[in-house]
Amino acid sequence: MELRGTIRGFSRVPLLGWLVAAFVAVLLEIAVGTPLALSLGLPKIPVLFGVILALKKPLLFPGAAVYVLLIYALPIALIARLGAGLANRAAGRLLAFPLLVSVAVHLGVFYITLELWSGLSDYRDLVLRFTLIAVMVTLSLNVINGYMGEFSCSHPGFMAVGAYVASVLTIDLFTNHRVFGSALLPAALGPLTFPLILIIGGLVSAMSALVVAIPSFRTRGDYLAIISLAFMFIVKSLIENLDIVGGARGLGGQPDWAGLPTVFLWTVVCVWVINNFVRSTLGKALNAVRDNEMAATAMTVDTRYTKMVGFLFAAFWAGVAGGLFAHVLRYVNPGTFGIQKLAEVLAMVYFGGLNSVYGSIVGAVGISLLGEALRPLEIFKWIIIPLLLILVMIYRPTGLVAFKEFDPEAILKPKTDPERERDALPQG
Amino acid sequence: MALFLQNLVNALQWGSFYALIALGYSMVYSILMLFNFAHGDIFMVGAYIGVGVAFVLIAMASQGALALPPWAILILTILFAMILTSFVGMLVERIGYRPLRAAPRASAAITGLMIGIILETGNLALLGARRIRFPSLIDTTVYEVGGVFITNTKIIIVVVALLLATAMHLFVRKTKWGLAMRAMAFDYVAVPLMGVSVNAIAALTFALGSALAAAAGILYALAYPVLDPYMGILFGWKAFVAAILGGRGSVMGATLAGFLLGFIEIFAAMIFPSSLRDLIAYSIVLLILIVRPHGFFGEPYSARLRL
Repeated sequence: MELRGTIRGFSRVPLLGWLVAAFVAVLLEIAVGTPLALSLGLPKIPVLFGVILALKKPLLFPGAAVYVLLIYALPIALIARLGAGLANRAAGRLLAFPLLVSVAVHLGVFYITLELWSGLSDYRDLVLRFTLIAVMVTLSLNVINGYMGEFSCSHPGFMAVGAYVASVLTIDLFTNHRVFGSALLPAALGPLTFPLILIIGGLVSAMSALVVAIPSFRTRGDYLAIISLAFMFIVKSLIENLDIVGGARGLGGQPDWAGLPTVFLWTVVCVWVINNFVRSTLGKALNAVRDNEMAATAMTVDTRYTKMVGFLFAAFWAGVAGGLFAHVLRYVNPGTFGIQKLAEVLAMVYFGGLNSVYGSIVGAVGISLLGEALRPLEIFKWIIIPLLLILVMIYRPTGLVAFKEFDPEAILKPKTDPERERDALPQG
Repeated sequence: MALFLQNLVNALQWGSFYALIALGYSMVYSILMLFNFAHGDIFMVGAYIGVGVAFVLIAMASQGALALPPWAILILTILFAMILTSFVGMLVERIGYRPLRAAPRASAAITGLMIGIILETGNLALLGARRIRFPSLIDTTVYEVGGVFITNTKIIIVVVALLLATAMHLFVRKTKWGLAMRAMAFDYVAVPLMGVSVNAIAALTFALGSALAAAAGILYALAYPVLDPYMGILFGWKAFVAAILGGRGSVMGATLAGFLLGFIEIFAAMIFPSSLRDLIAYSIVLLILIVRPHGFFGEPYSARLRL
């Protein structure tokens, strides 16, 4: 009874409450993290909530667990629970304004929390940025494999196109390079034109997607799977043979413009745009085509057009994500965008859940963190992650959080006590 | 001309591997409408099992337990490895595909992909990163015919591959089991109602496909004796392309498409710089699919197929 009451108390905490609590926890970590870690016998603060220590140095794990409890778990629980009323009122106030205001405030708190959290360690910063990019890639593949119900294998190819186009543009225009010569534009313009360059990368990637889309969507069937696979081989081989971009050696020296703010902003824009796309009429048409193409045609859905638009749209975002990826790593080579990448992205999509923005976020974050956490196991990591995915597929064949609508208003609105809500309902 | 013929011989050998692997892919795809992405790794497992069997047989022969000439050892190796690997295939079906019979097809493809990764990593964990050599069972002899060099391994590879493909074709066309498989490919819903067990047919399909992949693995090891755990990945994906290129539901189609892919790759490397091989080869594949979207022998997509 006691426990159920506590849990019900937490169910009243709105998202804003959790975000503020996490923010305070990060402040706490900045203030007392290092001394606390040292006094617990840890060499430094546990970077990923102690999950890496758990497998690498199990003796230190109890210390890390206490640390996580003291810095994160307890303060967050306490603040979220005690501040629930306040947070609910604040969230309610915010919703009186246009939705955009509320979204901006939530994202602002979230971003500051992430910025402070990742500021404590370069490793956190890098993992965070790669995870955000993985969210973009996963989400865009989910448009094809989940919402549209096809099986596409070309996403590494689209990423490669975006990555190389964006890299060549930034290197050519803004840096002094061995092959491309000196900078053509002043470096001050760089960060301003970077979004434009990423968009160009995305557009070129979408154009290249036409090569796959035109032949595949003429007929129904599994031909997309192998045409897209052939496309991936072609792109990889093409880049390996283009000596001007370094061939198989790769291309390095991209300017360091993809910091956390840039990547975060792009991820937010990507999630927002894709979420609106899949909830639009066209997105519904995609679902209709997946569920029954003949019925969709009867309902005046132009199936071929719908599939083409969905496919090119997904390729665009994969290209943008590829451009960001290249500028986070500041080096690209064609070997990155091969079968291994494909397996990784597919794993994220199907682990998280088809036809769901939530699912893609869960899948990308889950597999990324799992990959980092299991790193100490070396190759056994590649037995455990596939096993886990097989289990997910057997027990939840469409993924963990499939077919769930991502509605910003529902996420941000204040939470009321279900008991009280029932009382408030008119009786009879 | 001699160069052309030499490459033709090489292409026949190279295409044999693709053809045998593509057969397994094609059968699973035709009958169960599934992508078995673990198939390339079953090819790898088959080659490793072949090494194990060969070592055991050689040890037995050297101790006088069985007095066999090397060619007999090779045949026995292929046979035993095919049988053992077919059990691996059935195990893969049991673990990765049977629980997902009612699930979306793509989910089963993902489990296949994951089982493939487990097979690679498991091999690496068991045997370590050292490369393993396939024992040389037969001495290579080179015959020169009109300026073209043909080794006896090449002849063995092509002949065995053609024999196995023909056997498979006959099995599917002439036997009762083959009839059940073809019926299943024709109508996935009604045939189980006629008393044909889906599970038995699925297990048989995986067993046959895996046996062929094992044969391909040993033949590959005859030509390129150094094995590594990741050798199946690229072969598997490329054979997958060949399988679909052949067309759904056609044993001969998959065989021919496998050989064709071998030809395209070898001749692309002959005419153009060899680094352009994949680029040219897969552009040609893309063009073929644009002209014939259902592959060479496939029927146009129809509404009755299971989705």
